[in-house]
Amino acid sequence: MLITCPYCGPRDVIEFTYQGDGNRERPQPASQNLDAWNAYVYDRLNPAGDHNEIWQHSGGCRAHLRVVRNTITHEILSTEFARGGHKSTDSRAEGRS
Amino acid sequence: MSPRRAETGGRIDRLRTIRFTFDGAPYTGYAGDTLASALLANGVTLFGRSFKYHRPRGLLAAGVEEPNALVTVLRGEVREPNIPATMVEIYDGLVAVSQNRTPSLAWDIGAINQLGGKILSAGFYYKTFMGPVIGPLKGTRFWMFCEHFIRRAAGLGKAGTAPDPARYERMNAFCDVLVVGSGPAGLMAAKAAADQGARVILADLEANLGGSANWSGETIDGMPAADWAQRLAAQLAGNDNVRLLPRTTVWGYYDGNTLAALERVTDHKEVAAKGEPRQRYWAIRAGTVVLATGSFERPLVFPGNDRPGVMLAHAAERYANEYGVLPGQRIALFTNNDSAYRSAVALKKAGAAVVAIVDVRGDVSNEMRRLASDAEAELLAGHAVIATEGGKALTGLKVQRFDATSGVLSGDERSIHADSLLMSGGWSPTIHLASQAGAKAEWDPARQAFLPPKPTQRWTGAGAFTGSFSTAEAIAEGRAAGLQAAGGAASSAPLPVVEAAPGDPDPAPVFEIKAKGKSFVDFQHDVTAEDVRLAHREGFISVEHLKRYTTLGMATDQGKNSNVPGLAIMAEALGKPIPEVGTTRFRPPYTAVSIGSLAAERFGDLKPERLTPMHDWHITNGARMYSAGLWYRPMIYGLPGETVEQAYVREARATRESAGIVDVSTLGKIAVQGPDAAEFLDRVYTNMFSTLAVGKARYGLMLREDGLAFDDGTTWRLGEQEFLMTTTTANAGKVMQHLEYFLDVIWPELKVTVTSVTDEWAGAAIGGPNARAILASCVTGTAVDNATLPFMGIVHGQIAGVPVMICRLSFSGEMAFEVYSGAGYGTRVWEALIEAGKPFGLVTYGLEALGTMRIEKGHVTGAEIDGRTTARDLHLDWMLSKKKPFIGSAMMDREGLIAPDRLELVGLIALDNRPLNGGGHIVEELDEANPHASLGHITACCYSPALGKHIALALVKGGEARHGTRAFVSDPLRNRFGPVEIVSNHFYDPDGSRMHG
Repeated sequence: MLITCPYCGPRDVIEFTYQGDGNRERPQPASQNLDAWNAYVYDRLNPAGDHNEIWQHSGGCRAHLRVVRNTITHEILSTEFARGGHKSTDSRAEGRS
Repeated sequence: MSPRRAETGGRIDRLRTIRFTFDGAPYTGYAGDTLASALLANGVTLFGRSFKYHRPRGLLAAGVEEPNALVTVLRGEVREPNIPATMVEIYDGLVAVSQNRTPSLAWDIGAINQLGGKILSAGFYYKTFMGPVIGPLKGTRFWMFCEHFIRRAAGLGKAGTAPDPARYERMNAFCDVLVVGSGPAGLMAAKAAADQGARVILADLEANLGGSANWSGETIDGMPAADWAQRLAAQLAGNDNVRLLPRTTVWGYYDGNTLAALERVTDHKEVAAKGEPRQRYWAIRAGTVVLATGSFERPLVFPGNDRPGVMLAHAAERYANEYGVLPGQRIALFTNNDSAYRSAVALKKAGAAVVAIVDVRGDVSNEMRRLASDAEAELLAGHAVIATEGGKALTGLKVQRFDATSGVLSGDERSIHADSLLMSGGWSPTIHLASQAGAKAEWDPARQAFLPPKPTQRWTGAGAFTGSFSTAEAIAEGRAAGLQAAGGAASSAPLPVVEAAPGDPDPAPVFEIKAKGKSFVDFQHDVTAEDVRLAHREGFISVEHLKRYTTLGMATDQGKNSNVPGLAIMAEALGKPIPEVGTTRFRPPYTAVSIGSLAAERFGDLKPERLTPMHDWHITNGARMYSAGLWYRPMIYGLPGETVEQAYVREARATRESAGIVDVSTLGKIAVQGPDAAEFLDRVYTNMFSTLAVGKARYGLMLREDGLAFDDGTTWRLGEQEFLMTTTTANAGKVMQHLEYFLDVIWPELKVTVTSVTDEWAGAAIGGPNARAILASCVTGTAVDNATLPFMGIVHGQIAGVPVMICRLSFSGEMAFEVYSGAGYGTRVWEALIEAGKPFGLVTYGLEALGTMRIEKGHVTGAEIDGRTTARDLHLDWMLSKKKPFIGSAMMDREGLIAPDRLELVGLIALDNRPLNGGGHIVEELDEANPHASLGHITACCYSPALGKHIALALVKGGEARHGTRAFVSDPLRNRFGPVEIVSNHFYDPDGSRMHG
């Protein structure tokens, strides 16, 4: 599996660390809504299909990436910095129908 | 010289004689022979004994799919079992032995199993597991009784026990187009892609590129197909953008077009050249893959189809055309399709007598009738073979009239005298790699075969792989696939012209001839057609269950010959068409892969070593080193004759009496910088850092998001916007990742950068009543008195001319200082401190004394911050700020985390004055025979020189409330039981007067 890091280009998956479900919303720091905190800390989506994930390029530039990955085919559909900006669509994904 | 070798023909080198042994007997062959072709040329018909019944077996195939002729190759003490003899290239000195026979291949006592065929039928294992009562032996007992004998009798080769001295190599490769298979389709694909300028890798598992061209006897562009292939391969070899990989099996197709291949670099050589590995593991990333993997000929299922001398038709053709070896002198063929007729003609041409062609089809085309007469063979259309005769070699066969539509046999049996029977049950495309890549095979009723479906990854197919079995089609599809893979436009240039025997690619849908006797479906696992039907009768109707119950297709050949016939017989039993029965998905590896090649250079201890700047000094000065994670740290600096305990007790005592110094360079160090650095630390730590003055340090605690304790350490404020965070040695990486995650993902608006500086700083902690005096005598540029350097203060100065940063903080509980310098100067500063300490009796101390002093002080480490404890459990609740939220603050007060029966940190004193053990449990009442009702466990223990007692830290239910009470340690594994007193974790100097000075 290759992940295209916006800094470093296409890199092997062994350079990356999976940092979990990218759909989680952290409540405001002062929030006392335990249900919201509980959902953030423990609930994870686990779709069979396209999944929004956070990966860190831990063996490279250390940036966190938002990666859309198909959990069935392991196809990477897009990667972008988790901080936002600079979205890179996988060139292969574009060529596919 | 040899009974079976033709005078001419084949691509063997008759001028180079090769000497080798098989089962101890010397043989000769020619360069270019496989073990199979060389033995066949020597008249050997018996190659192995079958898995269950120990039936004599000969060669079935000529290539990688060979199920019977499995041999063990010996190289010195090293034995490699289960290699098809068809894949062993002979070299001078080759030593090969047969398998699964006692005492010899010809006289095998295991053959008695044939008489017990009924007992060893499908599901034998399962039935004996659960079932019959035989005298006193019932069910599992009976199984265990049988197992001993079965393990000896059933099976294949034996693995060796000697270590493998061979070297293996791993290579990563990248290409635009990977072509798998070098037959006419693969060669054309590689050529077309290479001509487009693409980077091409062409891999083939055989030693010679060319695939079927090497033995088809066809003509391409006016020259023998084999010559055409060699010429094309030579052209490709001259291209800079082409890499040819013969003897390379592509065995795995993984995500993202990553493929795994095994190159057998020197297995065919007597002596490897300098630097050559035995095998090379290739990880290939391909832009596009062209699968030109060809097809396998299927056996027909009929009684006695496993007798030595019964062979696949194309295999015989290959032995004749490629090696100049005839499998017999009087050859009969048995077929359900046209391809066998070409084989008949080839064998006739090579010098054999073709006595009969038995075709299940009643109406045979005129073209085939012509081929039969070319071969001077009697054509028995609408007939089938119902039995074979002979022992360790075939002597004849019996045929009977057969109706291909109803499967009914009729008329008189007729005997035919023959020493070789060649069968062809149609062809199955080799779709393994496509299947691994996620494609679901589709049944083609015309071809009677599973064909590759639409690609799910970036591959394309060509030739027999797609069900296009003729060479002309292979050439056209190969070129088209190569052009497409390289992004080129389709070409209308003329294609090489093929002259080949005619033939309809579609066989008659006949897989089995039902007659009396054992008809084998899976030769390697000894599964018969009757076994498949038995499985059906017993309720195993899914193809997956069928496979597991009968073990069909589960041998080392993974059903390369048997899958489709097995499915067809199952489908018939079920009364369903084959596609409804379905097929199984192939998994890697395509063929057996040596473990050595997977490990390649990665064996032994693969951990990188992390050494502190003062490492060499420690070694020179007698430190015994201890590996802590990746780090090496001094455990003790033992004096001659000292035990570990004596050493650490001396070191800790001397530190508390005068002064001691310890290397703390391994602590994680993270520079936290930026306008929002203080705000960030307020969010990350449970306590406040924005209120910390520049030039001061503070002890901090981090929680995880779920409210449990994560890590602790001191953080120093070096400037308004600059902090130096320290973490525990073990968690340095995790804390770094934690901080990066929050800055990148959660709070990107904070202007903060974090940088790991662990390796930039050398650290020495010097503590004890004389520590300040030692520093005063060697530090210049700053005072170190109480006013200038108060508790948790930071000063900058020099030692031995080296700039240092000194913070007054204490882990040992003594008046102590941490001295940081640039890593490159660590040893210089360290030596200067040692020198300055000499008049004071300064000792160096290691991890044991460090741990002892921290236990005496009751400080926590990773043993207590174990991912299950909260700040409250560790009595660190005083660090939980109520003025601000922080990571974990919302979750830390959940019901379960504040329950009164949680394990809390306490101290223990052994009342029997014997050592305690980490992991020992604490109980209220001692019952050595039946230890139960644990109150908690010991996390760390030592002999305390300060107290003169054996003490421990422990996590105990209701902790503080039990202070001053008695309990017992219960450690049945190490047989340690005894009374303890539960006390505060602060054993030593609880009010901190020593460190505050």
